[in-house]
Amino acid sequence: MAISNATLTGLTRTQLLCMHNMMLLMRRFEEKSAEEYTRGKIGGFMHLYIGQEAVGVGSITALRTSDKILCSYREHGLALAKGMDPRAIMAELFGKATGCSKGKGGSMHMWSNEAGVLGGNAIVAAQLPIAVGVAFSAQYLRQDTVVACFFGDGAVDEGAFHEALNLASLWKLPVVFICENNQYSMGMAVEKAWAVENLLSRAAAYNMPGEIVDGMDAIAVYAATKHAVEHARRGEGPTLLEVKTYRFRGHSMADPAYYRTREEEQCWRSTRDPIGIFEKMLLEEGLATQAEFDENDAKATQVAEDAAQFADNSPDPSLEELYTDVMVDDSSALTYRYERK
Amino acid sequence: MRTITYRDALREAIREEMWRDERVFIMGEDIAGYGGTYAVTKGLFEEFGEKRVRDTPLAEEVITGTAIGAALGGLRPILELMTINFSLLATDLIVNSAAKFHYMFGGQPEIPLVIRMPSGGGAQRGAQHSQMFESWYGHIPGLKVVMPATPYDAKGMLKSAVRDPNPVLFIEHELLYSIKGEVPDEDVEYTVPLHLGEVRRLGRDVTILTFSRMAHISLQAAHDLAKEGIEAEVIDLKSIRPIDIDLLIDSVKKTNRVVIAEEGWKYYGTGQGLAALIYENAFDYMDAPIQHITGADVPMPYSKALERAALPTKADIIKAVKAIVPTHVGV
Ligand SMILES: Cc1ncc(C[n+]2csc(CCOP(=O)(O)OP(=O)(O)O)c2C)c(N)n1
Ligand SMILES: [Mg+2]
Repeated sequence: MAISNATLTGLTRTQLLCMHNMMLLMRRFEEKSAEEYTRGKIGGFMHLYIGQEAVGVGSITALRTSDKILCSYREHGLALAKGMDPRAIMAELFGKATGCSKGKGGSMHMWSNEAGVLGGNAIVAAQLPIAVGVAFSAQYLRQDTVVACFFGDGAVDEGAFHEALNLASLWKLPVVFICENNQYSMGMAVEKAWAVENLLSRAAAYNMPGEIVDGMDAIAVYAATKHAVEHARRGEGPTLLEVKTYRFRGHSMADPAYYRTREEEQCWRSTRDPIGIFEKMLLEEGLATQAEFDENDAKATQVAEDAAQFADNSPDPSLEELYTDVMVDDSSALTYRYERK
Repeated sequence: MRTITYRDALREAIREEMWRDERVFIMGEDIAGYGGTYAVTKGLFEEFGEKRVRDTPLAEEVITGTAIGAALGGLRPILELMTINFSLLATDLIVNSAAKFHYMFGGQPEIPLVIRMPSGGGAQRGAQHSQMFESWYGHIPGLKVVMPATPYDAKGMLKSAVRDPNPVLFIEHELLYSIKGEVPDEDVEYTVPLHLGEVRRLGRDVTILTFSRMAHISLQAAHDLAKEGIEAEVIDLKSIRPIDIDLLIDSVKKTNRVVIAEEGWKYYGTGQGLAALIYENAFDYMDAPIQHITGADVPMPYSKALERAALPTKADIIKAVKAIVPTHVGV
């Protein structure tokens, strides 16, 4: 089949293949992480993004490198999409010295100044007020940076969500609020937690544009985010996007998901897989070939394997690291002398 | 030197830091149009304008998060929380984010943030408006917690706090705003370090460990004791975290007796923490059990008579000193 040079929503073939590659990387990287978790190489909580890849790839494709993202603890995929080194992420999962947070953060606490990834916050909704502040600094310093703040449907139930939207709207801050509505907060179904059917009324309540987006369609997510990002960059303030998606795995590695049926999961997996949907669309538009998909998949698998090997071969943090980075200066050194005599 | 109020000293520090560095700005509830609940920020809105003097909605959680985010974005926010009692609505952001980010993200982010807030009782403001929470925050690694007692320290320490690369909780006391004290002339630039305590009065017989408003009460007690020949050394801790342990241990080794005087509650608080440090590090030097003067272990009552009874007094300190200093001293 001839390869078309057409574009989708302004995205070139190269960009589309790049998005495909990133979705595959997220998927294979997390499958690898799950495997390493089961082998005991990764500890603590680990929340997988599998099923939600189109949200991360679609939205982050609409951002510049200089833009910032703030996320919840379900952030491995977002960190990859924003350009963080897979090795540094995997090593962080392994708790190694070479991890992006020197092994002090773990799965829920990824950071990169270079890539503009500002956490990884494991307190539900805490990233929203902080995102408002980062956006405020951009406005204050007259930078044209936009902040994308990702959170779950559960975060909408927290007071912080409401305070943050009000202030961002009031001060017309350059932030895009992206609610990844994956239908559940742990075991709580969204319709049992929200007094509203969707977030359009919440957006209206805080006097900002809102949109409901199909989160299994990377192109739709891209288009909606692009619109919101341009709005923010023009100085016109925040937008609230409700992106409807589904997590294919349990809430965390420890969750057997008894609160939902296997049929429901199977239905989403077989008919709404974001990678399948994306590939089908590219094929139908004549924008890519199966061979290119296979090549991307092989590359992604290779990167995930390499990251795991790198993490495994990396050293644990030295025990001196226990007492470093508590304060930016050495003000705590005085008191530590009395703690460890 | 001039004599100015604690309130004016704070305002001067803010003004000077805002003139020195464009990244410094202040935000909070009613700090601009109203001029600040305790009038600390009065006139700053007129001087610096809306961009740098920001009135915020009544929303402690988001304004604290916003200050944290602004610091992450390269600014130097000074956030005023109306009183420390309301900081409880922001505790999550302070404890789980501001105090954690630098460590949890392997040293990458810095949060040069100052949160100013008054605390304390004594003005009949009742149970929900009269509390001391420095021990709660002092418990948290990743924060600095300071409590200046004098106009000199208020100005010098606030300037240091603004320049500090860490989150600093700057805890004032409602009853200190109008006290006066000596402060260098306006053209004399000075700062006071955040991590050091100070010997306010030298003495050989007993060490009174104290901070914030109780430092003044302790000095008055020491003054009265001197008339009876008892020389009390008064140490104003000034910083709750980090705590200047060397200073207090050295003093204890000299006087061999300790009275801790604080306004907050007794159990699991600052004073009990200090007592444990002293027993751990200077037990062999102690000639008497530590005496601990605190506020009454009750929610603060409104009635003037009851509130007075709930707050520690000069007489309480004098009594505690006399309980452990032998009567032949000074005779
Ligand atoms: C403030 C707070 N409350 C409770 C929790 C425990 N908890 C962790 S994740 C979670 C569910 C959040 O769901 P949602 O916001 O929809 O995000 P998702 O996990 O679906 O991505 C809960 C209750 C927490 N981490 N923080
Ligand atoms: Mg959810």
